Amino acid sequence: MAAIDDQGPNRGSFVTSAQQVIKGLYTGKASDDGIAGEKSSLGLVTNLAVLFLVFLWLFPTVGLFVSSFRTADQITSSGWWSALSTQEAQNPAIRLEGTETPEGDLFVIEGQLFDNTDTVVTAWGWSSRAPEDFAPGETAELRGGEMLTIEEDGAFRLSNTVSFEGERLPRVFTTASSPPEFTFENYNYMLFEGSNESMAPAFFNTLTVTIPATIIPILVAAFAAYALAWMEFPGRALLVAVVVGLLVVPLQLALIPLLQFHNWIGIGKGYVGVWLAHMGFGLPLAIYLLRNYMAGLPRDIIENARVDGATDFQIFMRIILPLSFPALASFAIFQFLWTWNDLLVARVFLIDSTGQTTVMTNAIVELLGTRGGNWEILATAAFVSIAVPLVVFFALQRYLVRGLLAGSVK
Amino acid sequence: MHPALLGLFTIIFAVAACGLYFYGSNWVLDKVLFPAKGPNAGRNINRANMIRPWLFLFPAFAALGLYLAYPVFETIRLSVLDRDAGNAFVGLQNYQQMANEPKFWEAVRNNFLWLLVVPAASTAFGLAVAQLTDRLAWGNIAKSLIFMPMAISFVGASVIWKLVYEARPEGTDQIGVLNAIYMAMGGGEPITWITVPFWNNFFLMIILIWIQTGFAMVILSAALRGIPEETVEAAIVDGAGPFSIFFKIKVPQIMPTIVVVWTTITIATLKVFDIVFAMTNGQWETQVLANYMFDKLFRANDWGVGSASAMVIMLMVTPILVWNIIQVRKETR
Repeated sequence: MAAIDDQGPNRGSFVTSAQQVIKGLYTGKASDDGIAGEKSSLGLVTNLAVLFLVFLWLFPTVGLFVSSFRTADQITSSGWWSALSTQEAQNPAIRLEGTETPEGDLFVIEGQLFDNTDTVVTAWGWSSRAPEDFAPGETAELRGGEMLTIEEDGAFRLSNTVSFEGERLPRVFTTASSPPEFTFENYNYMLFEGSNESMAPAFFNTLTVTIPATIIPILVAAFAAYALAWMEFPGRALLVAVVVGLLVVPLQLALIPLLQFHNWIGIGKGYVGVWLAHMGFGLPLAIYLLRNYMAGLPRDIIENARVDGATDFQIFMRIILPLSFPALASFAIFQFLWTWNDLLVARVFLIDSTGQTTVMTNAIVELLGTRGGNWEILATAAFVSIAVPLVVFFALQRYLVRGLLAGSVK
Repeated sequence: MHPALLGLFTIIFAVAACGLYFYGSNWVLDKVLFPAKGPNAGRNINRANMIRPWLFLFPAFAALGLYLAYPVFETIRLSVLDRDAGNAFVGLQNYQQMANEPKFWEAVRNNFLWLLVVPAASTAFGLAVAQLTDRLAWGNIAKSLIFMPMAISFVGASVIWKLVYEARPEGTDQIGVLNAIYMAMGGGEPITWITVPFWNNFFLMIILIWIQTGFAMVILSAALRGIPEETVEAAIVDGAGPFSIFFKIKVPQIMPTIVVVWTTITIATLKVFDIVFAMTNGQWETQVLANYMFDKLFRANDWGVGSASAMVIMLMVTPILVWNIIQVRKETR
């Protein structure tokens, strides 16, 4: 895991100095303003406080993550924080099943109550009013005269003098301690098998929305940012101000006018529309970030290239674009996270009545509505959608931080 | 066509079209319109350089104009029209109708609550974490983990917190942390937190605070590091304790950054829609403007009132917009 690095890049000193110009506040040295004579007790308190905060911040996510590996029964019978310990709990009623075999004048059904063979039954019963009446190994006579024995390991033996044919087998209640148990079944179901609720199509739809919506605005914004940073023309300051103003415009305003516009030009609801919308909404930040970065590049290089007869197009392609890589990367991460996590734009511009083009955020909202209590489904779906941004986040965090600093701190 | 294939083609097409546009238009400018040779070479170069910026700017500003500037004016127009009456001009009738709805005032009230609590709490937590982790050996890892929720979608975060707030009937094991703690502390009955009017707003706000604190922390931590060491050392020499150093020396110096962080989170808070939509959809008195507007636009199909409420959001953002522009004009001057 890459820890946040706001110590600045240790690359060419030239790029570093360029970045320091834009960051302004940023000093580029490890901060060690250790206060002289500071008491060590305060250091301990600091450590504990930070530990507590980190714990507080991680706890909810870890909870969902752990839950996504538990079975539905486990999730509903105990808190996820006890998932790692052996727990004794009263299980939901289990209906016996199996095929009968004649044994003398008896008909016998034998089988196992639990899939998990490490489960240990501590008490059991056949009525919901007395779920803990019998100890393991004891034999009970049921209402219809059947004899039932349940062993400690969950093996049962049900016998009767008449055939069980056509009869509903009895239910049993067990109190059992089971060791920690984790399963990939939820992921298997959500990704491959649950044909109706599978996240796989939504996953690919999200990817289809995200990648073009990340790449296209970068291209368009980079040229505009170069013009705003390095070309002299009347009205330049005004245009920069316009971009800054548009950073704040709530995209809610754009929903109806743009939907009308998309219908009018005939693209209606679909991928093209959502790409265009994400491009439009991402541009102010892109232009702003890239302009700030490019304006901080050293003037000498650009002027030398001009003197040597390079055209603006060549300067842009050969000098500015390669040097701006950190800024391009940080905007790309922002736009990727934003489009991947978006719900509103996709709901308005993409998702049509066929439901074929749903994205993951929307699929999860729908699951929240229909399967609100099924935590194994919700938790797994959420984690499928969180996984990609988290990987991107931890892998490219240093660029994200640089982008934030360049964009927000002046 | 398979969507993934369509996406791939779009990327290739868009990259090619951009390249073609920028390369082609520059070529036309330099070689056809104003060639830098012949008797007028000097004048041609100057003319070409006057036009070139606009070639670079055109695609971006065309998109900005269409996707952000035009909608502002179109929404103003829609907010004074009645769609059912054939787009007849109705003046402020939509606003009036909106003002008569209790749900609207509930949304306004909640929005103000959100604006009061979320930016303040996120900034305060962010500042605290930034200061606390500053001198820790494992500070960067701690920051990284607190920053992490930023990568999680509002919807994903809603699911995460829904599990925290989950309530199970009395007598069964609680699987939501909050109720488990509440019961362990001797609470009587498990509480379904997100259905308790008024207080549920705060339970929803916690989700956004959880997400935004990392953002505030990253920026404020950079600002703290930018503080000149001399001021801190001088304060130590004068016998200031850690707390007065923090509140009297450090905080005043990074005040401009705190304001920037505060406003950025304020904007995010105003526009937030996903959390309320996913958690309660405005039930149990948790409506906010963005969700109210979505309801009007796409459920009630009332574009007039929907646009009017969008204008209310715009109105709330406008002071920040103006302030932002003034700041940038100051800096570029």
